[in-house]
Amino acid sequence: MIEKVLKGNSKYWMWLAFLSAFIAVGAICYIRQFIYGMGLTGMGRDLTWGLYISQFTFLVGVAAGGLMLVLPYYIHDYKAFGRITILGEFLAIGALIICLMFILADIGQVVRGLNMVWHPTPNSMLFWDMVVLWGYLILNVLCGWVILTAERKQVKPPKWIYIFVYISIPFAVSIHTVTAMLYCGLPGRHFWLSAITAPRFLASAFAAGPALIVIACIIMKKVAHFDAGKEAITKLTTIIMYAAIINAFFVCLEFFVGYYSNIPGHMHSLEYLFFGLEHNGHVYNNLVPFMWTSVFLCFGGLGIFSYLKITKVYNELLIGVGCAAIFIALWLDKGLGFVMGGLVVSPLEEINEYIPTANEIGVTLGIWATGILIVTLLYKIAIGVEHEVEA
Amino acid sequence: MDKQRRNFLKVAGATALAGITAPAVVKLTASEAMASSEHAAPAAGGHGEVEAPTGVRLGLVIDMRKLYGKPELMDKIIASCNKVHNIPHFENKKDEVKWIWKMPFENVFPEHSSYHESDLSKENEYFALCNHCDEPPCVRVCPTKATFKVEETGIIAMDYHRCIGCRFCMMGCPYGARSFNWFDPRPHIKEYNAEFPTRMRGVVEKCNFCGERLAKGLEPACVEAAKEVGALIFGDLNDPESEIRKVLAENHTIQRKPSLGTKPSVFYIV
Ligand code: SF4
Ligand code: SF4
Ligand code: SF4
Repeated sequence: MIEKVLKGNSKYWMWLAFLSAFIAVGAICYIRQFIYGMGLTGMGRDLTWGLYISQFTFLVGVAAGGLMLVLPYYIHDYKAFGRITILGEFLAIGALIICLMFILADIGQVVRGLNMVWHPTPNSMLFWDMVVLWGYLILNVLCGWVILTAERKQVKPPKWIYIFVYISIPFAVSIHTVTAMLYCGLPGRHFWLSAITAPRFLASAFAAGPALIVIACIIMKKVAHFDAGKEAITKLTTIIMYAAIINAFFVCLEFFVGYYSNIPGHMHSLEYLFFGLEHNGHVYNNLVPFMWTSVFLCFGGLGIFSYLKITKVYNELLIGVGCAAIFIALWLDKGLGFVMGGLVVSPLEEINEYIPTANEIGVTLGIWATGILIVTLLYKIAIGVEHEVEA
Repeated sequence: MDKQRRNFLKVAGATALAGITAPAVVKLTASEAMASSEHAAPAAGGHGEVEAPTGVRLGLVIDMRKLYGKPELMDKIIASCNKVHNIPHFENKKDEVKWIWKMPFENVFPEHSSYHESDLSKENEYFALCNHCDEPPCVRVCPTKATFKVEETGIIAMDYHRCIGCRFCMMGCPYGARSFNWFDPRPHIKEYNAEFPTRMRGVVEKCNFCGERLAKGLEPACVEAAKEVGALIFGDLNDPESEIRKVLAENHTIQRKPSLGTKPSVFYIV
């Protein structure tokens, strides 16, 4: 099946070349970081996590989001998702590979990374995160490949594979729960120390992952003659809508707890993210425009979906715009706001604003591009097989 | 040989023999336990210690009364630690590595109100360093056991050769006690001390309660540097006869963020 990635039209090759350019820049930036040290990033003593970890956190969600296809199809036998479930599994593979690359980019002694394996430490959530991420990656590779191979041969997938499909369902939930536990169990980090962190992560994941899949389906319909089907797309938008609403509800709850309790530590991060945090006469508000953009896009996207639902109109352009709005909104919320908002007040009660360096952004873009390239190749294979079966 | 020195050697002796004869000291006498049940016992954590401690638990009392108005002395104390531990000096605040440093009251004790602060706390800075917590979150989160508790002494120590530089411990520590080597530290060491290893780039470090000096029967460098006024008192918190216990019994002390349940081993007299 691999040979399918070698045949494509000029648009396909241009897209790959475009991504490769970013990958090349990212590789150079990473080599610089490897040689000179993590000091080339915008992180510092009192703000020790940054863009890498926040992208990791967001993309774990994208990987978990594939569950919204797997679950209806395999558990509820929802046939309309038959053609796209494989897309969810392949998206998860790409997203997980990006996650692992971000972790490698983030650790200071990358050559010692395996110490996590040689000295397994069950009390560390990072250890469990490694276990579930690798587990989920392997499960998706296995299930995706076996099921696609069966489809190509036009036979039913072997029975045993369903055991792994069912195991992958709790794994999808666990990858994002454990990732939330990296944050929500730390004493003294008020913004993160909230039991709602994990459910909120899951809600935003179940919106962001499917949104990306819908966007991919719409693009592939145009460029690769792959039609996911109206019913599947409509159902996905419903899922995205509910998940995004639940996420917004959880954010509102955070606001209530912070502001009604009036505990400064619980308000600082929200204040910084949405209104600007005043300290010794200086207002820190780097992220305010980003967060309001996120709010605006989230409600804009929800508005578009409601309009489509109420009028029963099926318009792919509008659906695409709605999904993009929600995806970007959730990225701003989780891929930027969550980590940086939580870190703005250091344990020593100093305010540290974080501005990523060009080198760091280069590495980040390079890793994103690598992941998108992997997903492109995997989707090329999946669609190639579909076309072959149809022909 | 003064009394302080003698007390200290007892600690060092216990350290050396730990594992063989680590003394099991039971702190709570029956009468004390009863007294506390009369006045609704405080919840565990902070000063309200309930379980009977065993073994050696090294701790430090910082008597700020002896440091007020003496910033040069504080700098000297800081410099002594920097020197023995080959701590690099970086100009840029974000690259800093520090084991013990001074900061305003509101930063070291953000949970204590500084509304209408006393002149003393307005005009002076306070020491911050690792608390060698009895329930250390940094140890709990480390994925490689590169940060660990030395059971014989209660010291929270680090293995610089195992640390992968994930900085999770820095997230876990609620006191900002840890530093990461963002760049190669070696060119930034002012005076090199051949008796202590230098670190490499990409690993975390922090105060080690001078474990290497204790092993040689020496006091921590900062304690020695503060000798002229006796501002730092170091010893076994579990030994009722130790000097540090005497100081704790006679003075009202505070800890940093006791509400987090980390049980710091560093106390302040302010
Ligand atoms: S002060 Fe911080 S670094 Fe030191 S033991 Fe406590 S949690 Fe760990
Ligand atoms: S940076 Fe080093 S010491 Fe800290 S948690 Fe990671 S491996 Fe452990
Ligand atoms: S105990 Fe030792 S390592 Fe810790 S601050 Fe004092 S001199 Fe430095």
